[in-house]
Parts: sequence; structure tokens; C-alpha cells
Amino acid sequence: MKTSYMNPYLAGFFLGLVLLATIFITGHGLGASGALKSVVVATVKAVAPGHPAGNEFYHSTPGTSPLKAWLVFEILGVVLGAFVSGVISNRLTFETEHGPRIAGRTRLGMALIGGALFGIGAQFARGCTSGAALSGMAVLSFGGILTMFAIFGAAYGVAYFFRKLWN
Amino acid sequence: MGPLVPDIITDNLNLIIGLFLGVAFGFVLEQAGFSSSRKLTGLFYGTDFTVLRVFFTAGITAMAGVILLGSFGLLDLDIISINPTFLYAALAGGAIMGVGFVVGGYCPGTSFCGAAIGKIDAMVFIAGGYLGVLLFGEMFPTVQNFYMSAALGDITFNSVLGISPGLFAMILIAAAVLAFAVTTRIELRVNPGSPARSFPVRYHRLAAAGVLAVGIVLAVLPDYKTRLISRAASASYDSAHPVPLISSDELAFRIIDHDPNIRIIDVRSKTDSTKMSLPGAVAIPVMSMFGKEWRDVLAQAHIKKIFVADGESEEKSAAHLAVLLGYENVLILREGLDDFAASVMHPRPPASAGARGDQDVYRFRQKASAQIAVMIREQKAPKATEHIVKRIVGGCGA
Repeated sequence: MKTSYMNPYLAGFFLGLVLLATIFITGHGLGASGALKSVVVATVKAVAPGHPAGNEFYHSTPGTSPLKAWLVFEILGVVLGAFVSGVISNRLTFETEHGPRIAGRTRLGMALIGGALFGIGAQFARGCTSGAALSGMAVLSFGGILTMFAIFGAAYGVAYFFRKLWN
Repeated sequence: MGPLVPDIITDNLNLIIGLFLGVAFGFVLEQAGFSSSRKLTGLFYGTDFTVLRVFFTAGITAMAGVILLGSFGLLDLDIISINPTFLYAALAGGAIMGVGFVVGGYCPGTSFCGAAIGKIDAMVFIAGGYLGVLLFGEMFPTVQNFYMSAALGDITFNSVLGISPGLFAMILIAAAVLAFAVTTRIELRVNPGSPARSFPVRYHRLAAAGVLAVGIVLAVLPDYKTRLISRAASASYDSAHPVPLISSDELAFRIIDHDPNIRIIDVRSKTDSTKMSLPGAVAIPVMSMFGKEWRDVLAQAHIKKIFVADGESEEKSAAHLAVLLGYENVLILREGLDDFAASVMHPRPPASAGARGDQDVYRFRQKASAQIAVMIREQKAPKATEHIVKRIVGGCGA
């Protein structure tokens, strides 16, 4: 069983080809946060059918189920593909990965907060690292590339303050 | 020609394809190590630049591919989705995500990979992402104005800089290669266990030279439209592929005869063609022939498409372009609309009453010009209805 990671440049090349194929076939790029949005919209509509009224955020896909969205299917594929990769490379384990100086519980709290920040930021930027930054770069989108710089710029800017989480 | 959706691939099949593309996406991300938050965040502490390597290599690969496919006419760059730019929201959202990356250790795509192989922190990150989107949804009415502000549309970075896509790609490729070289040196110094120690340096140098060469090709490659237009206008193409001509009189006859098998295509620039056009003419500006918007008109093989413009050379270039784009049964009006106006619409009696044929032609032209004038007057101003094919809206911003 091979457990080491793929050469990053080779992986990047393959990832680029997957993205290129996506653009060639569908006319748009890959994404991830958009699938979360679909699930949020679907659950809000199911749990509180009257609630979305007047709030345009919940009205992006009138008529059809928000779950019948390309990105939802794509993300199901991502989970499947990553699982297969984990099986092949012998990396399937239930664990909480954290830096040596924090407890697992702290890590989980931070993961929740970080996830929430990503969820909010991705809505403002109309996409996350996949949908805005990477896919935006492929089609030279001004906004997408700006978002990419903002993500990595802000991350480097604050990394020092969160060094205890990781090192 | 791509994109294949919706003409070749239906929407439902597209969902299945999305599943398979997702499998490939997730597989590659996991193989690259993106399922590990500590590996991902190594980027921000100089210990592991894997994210930078994978991300930028993927970005320049896809970008180069998009430009190359576009340049060879295999992908219609006018309709592929370009993430719209909302300036402030793009920057603010990116900054929020950047903090989320360092705090949470994942981004959404990679958190799905981590969760798939059992990382509990990744699962919690996804839950956090769900809550974040919900929170955004609840506060949406409050932030809506900011969210929609500074809407610049689907602009590209190179258009902002005023350079060609290929040149921008070359600059980005050079920047990426430089970043790879510099960060690898940093990583080797900071982290004794750096993954870069096991890199086959010689192959990496070869690959760097290779992508830089691709960058130069992208920068000098003329784009598809420019190349096809110059080929269509060249004398050598014209002599090798002469376009059949139709005379002004024959066209006039077919117009007053209401011949269903002809279609007059007015290829003059838009301002010209709204001035005066022949009855039933469709105004198709040359540049719009590249897109799908006029395919239904131009692709009718059994109908003679008669390209008209003021002069023959303009007609020829447009007709050649149509043929190069794969359309058949294309004719041009001999000596253009200038001749049509002078000979048919303003007929002059033959100089000597001698030849009978000349008299017949004169009488025909008198009759035709009167009828055509009426037809032009009766037809509702410019028949040129706007055919616009919109860009695909897709991805996370949809």
C-alpha cells in the first residue's frame, strides 16, 4: 500500500486537467461552498417554509429542488473520490488532527469557527478557494483572482496570531 | 465546440458528469494531501508549500488549457462562466475566508476530502461552514447592499490591465515558477522534514522550462477570432475558395418573387445596416458569426445565404469567414449594395434605343425598384432582432 502523497506539481497538473474538463463540458468551474449553500437553502425551505419569504438569499433556485444542483452532485463525487483515494493510500482513520500544543477539543472548536468564517466569506465572494479562487484563475476572472489574493493575503496576515494552533 | 452543455449534453446527464468530475477532483485533492489540515496550514508557516504548488499548478494548467482551446476555436470563451466581480465583497469575503483558513485548517473543498477519510475536525469544519452560510442567509437583508456594491460584471484581470489573456497567462506562469523556486528554498530551510527533499530536481527544472515555454506560446498565439478574420480576408484564401456571386438583377428578381430559398444576410456594421436594408434582410455583424446566436439562420444548408455589404470585398471577407466557420451555401452580391442601388433601384434608360435586351432589363428594373421600395417601406424598420446568447451562470456564485 502506497501511503505517501503524490508529487504536488503532478497533482496540480491533474487537478488543472479536471478543472479544464469541467469548463469544457459545463462552461463553468468547480466549486464547494455552493453545495453548502444548496443544502442550507433546502433545509431552511423544508424546516421553515414561510421563512425565506422576502429574503432574496433563499430564492436563487425557484421551482426546482436546491439539492438538484450540479455542485451538490460534484461534492458527492468529491467525497467518494477522496474516500477511494484514502482507501488506496491506506489513510482511512477516525481522528482529530491538531497541533502539539492544543487539545483535540480546542481544535474542534476552532474548526467550527473557521468553517463558519469560510461559509460567510464564501457567500460574500461568490465562491471559496475552489469556486472563486481556482476556477476564477482558470478563466482570468478579476474578482476570482482578487479573492484568491485576499484569501492568502489575510491568511498570512493573521497566521502569526494563530501559530499555537498548528505548531 | 465547447462548452458541451446544453447543446450536446443535457442538464440531467450533466449532473451525472458532475458526480464523476467530483470523483476526480476529490481523488486528486486527497492524493495531494489536501485531506490533512496540518499539511494545508503548513503553507502559512513556511513548513509545507504543498498547497501553493498544487493550487498554482492547477490554476495555470487550466488557464493555459482554456486559452489554447479558445485559440483553436474548440471552446467558446464568450459564453463560458466568468465569476462576476463585486469588488468590495470579493475582497472582504476573501479576507474572511483567509482568517477562516488559518483558524479552521481547511477550506470547503478540502474539508469534504478530510471528512471522507475520517478526519473529525474536517466534519466539524463542514458543520461550521453550514452554520456560516445559514448565518449569512439570515443577515442577508442587512448586508445585501454591500454584497451587491461595486458590480463590475464578468470582467477579466487581463482586461483590467489592458493586456491580452495570453500575455497575462505568461506573467502568471512566470510568477508561479518563481514562487515555486523561492518557497522551496524557504521550506528546505525552515522544515528539516520538508517534502521538497525528495523532489527529483532535474525533472522539476525541465518542467519549469516547459511551462515557461508554454507561457511564451500563449503570449504570442493570436486569438481565434483575429486569426480566422485575417485568414478570411486574405487574397490567397479567396483565390483558393472563390465565393459564388449573384447579380443585382437576379437578387432583385428573387426578392420580388418572394423566393423562400434565399436569405439575405446584411454583414455591414450595425449602424450601417439599420439605415437601409433589403427586404427580409437579417443584420448579422461579422463578429457575431462566431457565436451561437445566429446558428439557426446560418446553418440552414438548403437556403442560399446571400451576404450583402456596400462593396464586394467586405462581402467576401464575411462570406469566407462563414465558410471557415463551417457554414455552407454562401453567396455574395456582385459588386455589393452600391451596385444594387445604382443599377436596380435607380435604373437608367439604355443610351440608345437599340438593343432589345437592354430595354427589357430597364423595364424589369423599373418594376423591381418600385416593388422593392414598397417592400422596404412596409417592413418594420430594422428587422435585426437582437440575438444574444448569455454567458453561462454557474459555480458557487450562482
